[in-house]
Amino acid sequence: MKVSKLTLILLVAALVAPFVVYPVLLAKILCFALFAAAFNLLLGYVGLLSFGHAAFLGTGGYITGWLMMNAGITPELAILLGTGAAGLLGAVYGKLAVKREGIYFAMVTLALAQLIFFVYLQAPFTGGEDGMQGIPRGELFGFIDLSDNLNMYYFVLAIFLFGYWLIHRTIHSPFGQVLKAIRENEPRAVSLGYNVSDYKWVAFMISAALAGLAGSTKSLVFQLTSLTDAHWHMSGEVVLMTLVGGVGTVFGPLVGAGTIVTMQNYLSGGELGNYVHIIMGAIFVICVLAFRGGLVGEFQKLLKRNAG
Amino acid sequence: MTTFLGINLFALFGQLLVGLINGSFYALLSLGLAIIFGLLKIINFAQGAMYMLGAFFAWMALSYFGMNYWVALIVVPLVVGFLGILMERFLVRPIAHEDHLYSLLLTFGVALMLQGVFTHVYGSSGLAYAIPEALQGGTKLPFMYLPNYRAWIIVASIVVCGATWWLVEKTRLGAYLRAGTENPQLMQAFGINVPLIVTLTFGFGVALAGFAGVMAAPVYSVSPEMGSNLLIVVFAIVVIGGMGSIGGAILTGLAMGVIEGLTKYLYPEASTTVIFLVMVIVLLLKPAGLFGKEA
Amino acid sequence: MKALTNTVAAVALAATAASPALANISDDKIKIGVLADMGGVYSDLCGPGCVTALEMAAEDVGGKVLGAPIEIISADDQLKADVGSAIVRKWVENEQVDAVGGLVSSAVVGAATKVLTDAKKIAMISTAASNAFTTSACSPYNVHWTYNVTAMANGTVKPMVAAGKKKWFFITADYAFGHALESVATEVIEANGGEVVGVVRAPLATTDFSSYVLQAQASGADVVALANAGADTVNSLKAATEFGLTEMVDVAGLLVFTPAAQAMDPDTAGGMRLTTGFYWDYDDQTRQWSERFLERTGTLPAMGHAGAYSMAMHYFRAIEAAGTDDSDAVMAKMRELKPEDFFARNAYLRADGRMVHDMYYAEIKPAAERSGDNDIFRILSVIPGDEAFAPMLPECNFN
Repeated sequence: MKVSKLTLILLVAALVAPFVVYPVLLAKILCFALFAAAFNLLLGYVGLLSFGHAAFLGTGGYITGWLMMNAGITPELAILLGTGAAGLLGAVYGKLAVKREGIYFAMVTLALAQLIFFVYLQAPFTGGEDGMQGIPRGELFGFIDLSDNLNMYYFVLAIFLFGYWLIHRTIHSPFGQVLKAIRENEPRAVSLGYNVSDYKWVAFMISAALAGLAGSTKSLVFQLTSLTDAHWHMSGEVVLMTLVGGVGTVFGPLVGAGTIVTMQNYLSGGELGNYVHIIMGAIFVICVLAFRGGLVGEFQKLLKRNAG
Repeated sequence: MTTFLGINLFALFGQLLVGLINGSFYALLSLGLAIIFGLLKIINFAQGAMYMLGAFFAWMALSYFGMNYWVALIVVPLVVGFLGILMERFLVRPIAHEDHLYSLLLTFGVALMLQGVFTHVYGSSGLAYAIPEALQGGTKLPFMYLPNYRAWIIVASIVVCGATWWLVEKTRLGAYLRAGTENPQLMQAFGINVPLIVTLTFGFGVALAGFAGVMAAPVYSVSPEMGSNLLIVVFAIVVIGGMGSIGGAILTGLAMGVIEGLTKYLYPEASTTVIFLVMVIVLLLKPAGLFGKEA
Repeated sequence: MKALTNTVAAVALAATAASPALANISDDKIKIGVLADMGGVYSDLCGPGCVTALEMAAEDVGGKVLGAPIEIISADDQLKADVGSAIVRKWVENEQVDAVGGLVSSAVVGAATKVLTDAKKIAMISTAASNAFTTSACSPYNVHWTYNVTAMANGTVKPMVAAGKKKWFFITADYAFGHALESVATEVIEANGGEVVGVVRAPLATTDFSSYVLQAQASGADVVALANAGADTVNSLKAATEFGLTEMVDVAGLLVFTPAAQAMDPDTAGGMRLTTGFYWDYDDQTRQWSERFLERTGTLPAMGHAGAYSMAMHYFRAIEAAGTDDSDAVMAKMRELKPEDFFARNAYLRADGRMVHDMYYAEIKPAAERSGDNDIFRILSVIPGDEAFAPMLPECNFN
């Protein structure tokens, strides 16, 4: 009951927020939050650390961007196809990667992501280092003009809520229970007769598709997709966001993405501009030494302690 | 006459030799990571930054104290290793019992800070460091001109890699180390100071990165970004070789240098990507890497 | 409540202080945002130094134009196009920025200029290499000042081909700017009777270039052209010297900035030919400005810094002459007036936004000829602007 009250408050805040804070920044936070949530589905609920999730973010962005520029279709369709493409790539990569565990899983995903990065670097349609620029936002369902920042924001919010809802449903379904069982004790799950690889594979696909959804949406918000989105630094950034927010918590990815994006945004301007890297580095060190549960995780611990 | 299947054989020999030189350099770089990663199970993302420190310290030693290359080759790794010891003692050890992920994040943060500080102080363009006089010039081989400094890289790398391998795999100290990391409680019971061994090993691994940095200063641009570019390649080498296998990292480093060299000749665009292709194939066929033990 | 009172007081104060001349200045101030790389690989080319250059320009016009104060703000694009475009969006939508200066990496600039053009605000591009901003992506609000890939390639290649260096080999960064440099240079080489005997495309941030140097050696070329930048240029040149390539052939740097040239060992770099839009030690005028810059930043100005200053001065002059900071009127005046200062020689702003000015064909001095750490280039000849830059495309004529 308590949770639903919190959700309600957050929802109202999200609806009012664009009148207080710059909507494009909010939309960016939501895109990254969805990306981090997709990543968290794997790390927090299946125990798999992917170090190649930028591949799916980039794929979603490039496919949606290309379709918007060349195919003349409506944005919701372009996003759907971009998400599908990322899911498909996830199906292939997942099939290969879930055979491995721990650090080897991370390295296989990293290597596979580097291969697709190479494709995007070489393929002419991506625009190389300049990226795909000036992607039109188009008109949602053919009649809602997305070039208006407020319309865009509410559209992104709807996508974000859908993504979160899907993750929530996945975790709380029987399928999600099996995933948790695998995370807690894989040999037991095997001995109970579950085909562990297949469960991991499906979870990987869902995660990849949602990361692609985040990338597709982001390409419309900023009207560009570039190699940055597919670079391994981006795979690293999503790990950081999730850890800062709290691994395996529902709101962790949102809080983590919000914190990191706001911080980058704040640090990029003004006096501290020259020190961005130093300050970010210091924050990670402090987070690891003092707040390992992430912001949400530590907060929950605090609540529990007070309650008990 | 000197062509085979349309490929100029002399050119091919040249490329192979250059690949081997790069490979020995990779072996040297991966060695420190292989020790820290393989024996201590700590993912040290700051290893690239430590390599960068090595190169910068060599430059600083020369510019501020007039310390020449040969002295720097001994002193700088000691200094970098000492910094590594401090990092292990005060940053890494408090989280030693947590998930490996946290050491990755922590060391990544340290790397970001170091890179940021050096960009801030010395700028992004880098600094010039000349090849020491004794190693200037080169030898004319039938198929290529071999600079003396590159020959030195091979020699130094073989000596350092060989000595390290011998130390870890063949000596009593190495045996303590391997046993201490596999079963710390038991070793502690035998009266061996395991935390001390861990700290010294970490320091040694970091010092090797510093050594590689000094080696690199005369031939590569000394700049804040120099380590981050190489880091994931070196990681890939350690994983392909098999975590925990020192010999595996050395041999894989050499092999990757040659494979990369051939790619630079046949399809240069893919030369930084080929290593990841190899990694995917190896990990799918041999889950624990080429020389790793299956768990 | 207190904040509100303060705001009311400030508005009232501003209203009384405002002179009638301010009527045509939007928000009663001239606000320039500097978007640059503050801590990354390009930060030496145009980062904090570009902010200083613009602050110097503002001071040199007394901090005011038409009685309106000049305000300079800055931000770090982190070399990410989405970060850069978000900052520029916020600036023009919420912070009354009139023009954006700095503008370094081509990907960021491409995204930023799109936002600026939509908002009808001026993009003052000082350091981007791509020629797209006055060709395929031209806009009536783009001003591209210091140089571009065409001028760099033209300036270096023409005199060398004319001197009988006919066979060329390229070591190209496998990135858009590398490809652009290579293709412009190839055109010039072929048009002047030379030929390209080989090309290798090396991934960006390659550490070891010795393999490519061997290939260049085997190609029988007269000139090895480095179509790369920054650390890649330094590393490829180091390998070329080490493997004895520089003793056999000439090396041409197609995109070399002063900081990169300074980062190279003089024994390695001596003799390399290149083109630059500015050199600090060219004459008294350049020395005078450069010494002021050096005093404030501790580093020599790169061409982007000098260009950023020169462009800002011209912008202020155009506002003064137009009597307004309205972008269209200012752009018209910027094209009409001739920029003339220590940086801009025989210069004019073309209708496509390209600033055409004298470029310099130069050589890096070997160690023996240097009088100090800052003695880097020898200027060999002056290249008239119309020869260096490509002619205007008819579809980009915004007059």
